[in-house]
Amino acid sequence: MNPGMIVLLDDFVVRAALASIGIAIVAAPLGCFVVWRRMAYFGDTSAHAALLGVVLALAFSLPITLSVIAVSLLMAIAVTYGGGKLATTDTMLGVVSHASVAFGLVLAALLVDVRIDLLSLLFGDILAVSKTDLAIIGSVVIGELLLFYWWWPRLLTSTLNSDLARASGIAPTQTHLILTLALAMLVAIALKVVGALLIVAMLIIPPAAARPLSKTPEQMVAITALLGTGSAIGGLTLSLLIDIPTGPAIICSATLLFLITRINAAARA
Amino acid sequence: MPALQLSADDLCLVRVENLHIQIGRSSLLEGIDFTIAPGEIITVIGPNGAGKSTLVKAIIGSLPPSEGFVRKRKGLRIGYVPQRMHVDASLPITVMRFMGLPISQSKDAIKRALAQTRVDDCMHRQLSELSSGQLQRVLVARALLVEPDLLILDEATAGLDQPAASRFFLQIEAIHQQINCAIMMVSHELNMIMATSRILCLKHHLCCQGTPEEVARTHEYHTLFGDTVLQYLPGIAASPAQFDHHEPGNDCAA
Repeated sequence: MNPGMIVLLDDFVVRAALASIGIAIVAAPLGCFVVWRRMAYFGDTSAHAALLGVVLALAFSLPITLSVIAVSLLMAIAVTYGGGKLATTDTMLGVVSHASVAFGLVLAALLVDVRIDLLSLLFGDILAVSKTDLAIIGSVVIGELLLFYWWWPRLLTSTLNSDLARASGIAPTQTHLILTLALAMLVAIALKVVGALLIVAMLIIPPAAARPLSKTPEQMVAITALLGTGSAIGGLTLSLLIDIPTGPAIICSATLLFLITRINAAARA
Repeated sequence: MPALQLSADDLCLVRVENLHIQIGRSSLLEGIDFTIAPGEIITVIGPNGAGKSTLVKAIIGSLPPSEGFVRKRKGLRIGYVPQRMHVDASLPITVMRFMGLPISQSKDAIKRALAQTRVDDCMHRQLSELSSGQLQRVLVARALLVEPDLLILDEATAGLDQPAASRFFLQIEAIHQQINCAIMMVSHELNMIMATSRILCLKHHLCCQGTPEEVARTHEYHTLFGDTVLQYLPGIAASPAQFDHHEPGNDCAA
């Protein structure tokens, strides 16, 4: 048996694999909506706000996951509902996104008695996923999948056209809020796996790779889940074999798949 | 604010009462009053920027009134055909899948609805690949699937050439004959008016309303549109029982 196989059976590797597969699966429906609704910048803001969430949790000894969800949600809602009064949404997203990072870093420097591993916050530390982390990831994944299943037709209709949704009795503001909440929860669990800087990549690259292979929205979500899982396993394996950071390796694998499907589609056209 | 409901046996489908819509500092609609009765055809005309689409959005509930009410009959089913629909290139969706949103429908029902507007051959194509005329007819077919009490068409013929627009209106008239829903359509082209319709002339407020002949005679019409002749399309004669105040007409208004 080659040494790679034995390493794969190690406990922390199994945990890392389960965590990254779980995130790849739940990132599929959410990532498709982020792509369809052009919410990439919005996703970045939620992800960057997570940094501030972690630092605040450490400063005030709060549970990290809840703090991250709360801060991400708060920032997203502030931009959605309050932003228009101060500046255009795009500008507000830019301000809130980068201000979260800056304030987070400043606050982290001020916390003299807490040491924060900034590198793992920014790029993830998947090999340190604990059993508790795994339980949190698992429940968020199941919760979000149920949410998407239940809201699917409404989310899809309001994504296609908000007025069509209205005429069918769907409130587009409600569906936007649901996606915002789903995003904040995903950010909280993906922080440990890919890190604040690369969460949006995990949301956008697999759907972008799946697009040329899909004919319906549901098909695109399924293919995204497959490609995302493939990237997660591929990235993890690579990082174990040649000792490179796992989060970036997962994103590199996804990017490779993106290039393959897109170049293939362009060549056929 | 949710639209207040009319009772299920109200004589009207929709009652618009003293509707004002203000966005920022600009007032888009002022003191609009009218009703939509079951089975009637209403055409809203007015120059660009007169608030026609705003009125439609207020009726479907996309824009909350700043003042006044849009009351709808309890359980009112609205089939809405938007002015245009941009399908993002990142979203793959076939006509078939689109027809089942948000309420899933049987394949037969979808086929029948698409056949009604003669686009059943497009069933397996991507929404983004359709021509504007085909997309328009798919949108109408989708609106028909819910068996609407009220079909709302917002500038449905924008982007169609004259013959295509005429055919489109004939189809709408045929559908009206078949399922007898009320129809509210919005138009800025005065040569595309259905003869059987009641006209609402809009420029932020309701300037005048009535049959095409009546409206064409008013001072307000001439103030808004100058000497442009209000032409209505020769269509299928409406059954007089339902439209006692609408004379079917084939001639052009003077």
